[in-house]
Amino acid sequence: MTRVNFKLQGFSQLKEGTLHDDFQKITIDEKQYNIDQLKFDNPITGTLYGTLLNYKGEYEQLKPEMNDKPYQKPPQAPVLYIKPINTLSTHQNPIPLPEGEEQVQVGAALGLVIGKTATKVKAEEAYEYIKGYTIVNDVSLPFSSYYRPAIKQKARDGFCPIGPWIINQNDIKDPHNLAIKVSINGEVKQENYTGNLIRPIPELVSEVTEFMTLYEGDVLLIGVPENQPLAKEGDQVSIEIEQVGRLNNRVVHEDNVFVSEVAVDEAR
Amino acid sequence: MKQGRVLYESTLHHVTELDGKVQLKDGRLIEEHEVEWLPPVETETIFTLGLNYADHAKELSFTSPLPEPLVFLKGKNTITGHRGTTVRPEDVEFMHYECELAVVIGKSGKNIKKEEALDYVKGYTVANDYAFRDYLENYFRPNLRVKNRDGCTPVGPWFVSKEEIEDPMNLQLRTYVNGEKTQEGSTKDMILGIPELIEYLSSFMTLNDGDMILTGTPKGSVDTKVGDEVMTEVEGVGRLTNTIVSE
Repeated sequence: MTRVNFKLQGFSQLKEGTLHDDFQKITIDEKQYNIDQLKFDNPITGTLYGTLLNYKGEYEQLKPEMNDKPYQKPPQAPVLYIKPINTLSTHQNPIPLPEGEEQVQVGAALGLVIGKTATKVKAEEAYEYIKGYTIVNDVSLPFSSYYRPAIKQKARDGFCPIGPWIINQNDIKDPHNLAIKVSINGEVKQENYTGNLIRPIPELVSEVTEFMTLYEGDVLLIGVPENQPLAKEGDQVSIEIEQVGRLNNRVVHEDNVFVSEVAVDEAR
Repeated sequence: MKQGRVLYESTLHHVTELDGKVQLKDGRLIEEHEVEWLPPVETETIFTLGLNYADHAKELSFTSPLPEPLVFLKGKNTITGHRGTTVRPEDVEFMHYECELAVVIGKSGKNIKKEEALDYVKGYTVANDYAFRDYLENYFRPNLRVKNRDGCTPVGPWFVSKEEIEDPMNLQLRTYVNGEKTQEGSTKDMILGIPELIEYLSSFMTLNDGDMILTGTPKGSVDTKVGDEVMTEVEGVGRLTNTIVSE
């Protein structure tokens, strides 16, 4: 049993519940529901910051180029980016495939949900500032250069599904020992785990809050593992993070995102 | 009308400008130094343009045109108000101001044509987008350690509705450090003007009410030291003051 906070569509405040049976069921106010019965909403209230090059494998892939132009030398400080509000989406909401694009990259990330104002936090106190964990799909159009901010690739509408819930921080004993698995149409396309970090969670939180404050409700992604799978129109994308949950979204042409899945099928 | 948000006698007030003074909704006129200035608008997404003035790009040794406009985003932790302070970290050797016209979006839109772009503008304010060049690294440059530090982007004092600005593409920008003019330029020298910026951004993402676009800075960025008073001015929009403090 795991305690979770989540938001349901049509209800403005976060609710609390307990999860059981491998994320199949949830108890809310002593009543049990199947996960599929509930319509989840984005549980995040603040700014969402992503972290680049924090998985060892992703770092190693770029390392041979790091001393060349345009990079000149390896990064010294955490490299961050912002997923703006137009990108934020939720479990089961379609991922819009922009007109003219063939596919999107899936960015499977563990998100640290901040619980209180975090400024110049010491690494050994970092967990006191983390309220819990959630799953984030940092969707992007493919890009090859890390030199300039990838706004046009990463800041598209609906390119950041989050959820379904926030797992209480205390309920994850070791957040650096969680398997990450990305499946597309039920087939496993990527496997990694949260121990493969250049900067583990306490160091990341400490180095980031050294120069910028994270507020309650903000989310900091620990990074996205290398070899991101690609998904095309119609693909069902599932990100599973051990002990945290499963985040499912289907890629839909951008013209069809506002209408129900039934209507989309009929339109075909 | 120039509108602002201030704290006065422990209460948040939405105020207007009258004869250089601050007028509360109940009519009281207060001197501008007697209130505590908040950012004049509450922002959602904050866009910033890098290298959007040809002379500034040249100053930074960029000679060829960029393949794409250089856009980066800012968090709300960066925003502070008129007469506020910004920290200069001890290990920094080059911290410079950037006087910018800030455009506030008034309604949601996607794929906006430049001919209609000003319909989506609510108004303007002044921004000073400090940079800490010692921290520049060539990954997602300018990285957040340079551009997303707490309180590094003063805005204000006033929000000016678009009807009051006849031609936003012909406004003088000036910066004064301790009263001495150190930067001067004109919004007419932007590489991408406001209509083009709105067309570009909305071509790949939805712009929303409350979003703010900082449109870039002309040449003339010089180092600022602890204790310096930096005043950034945009003609017809306002004069924004900020003081550099130590850690």
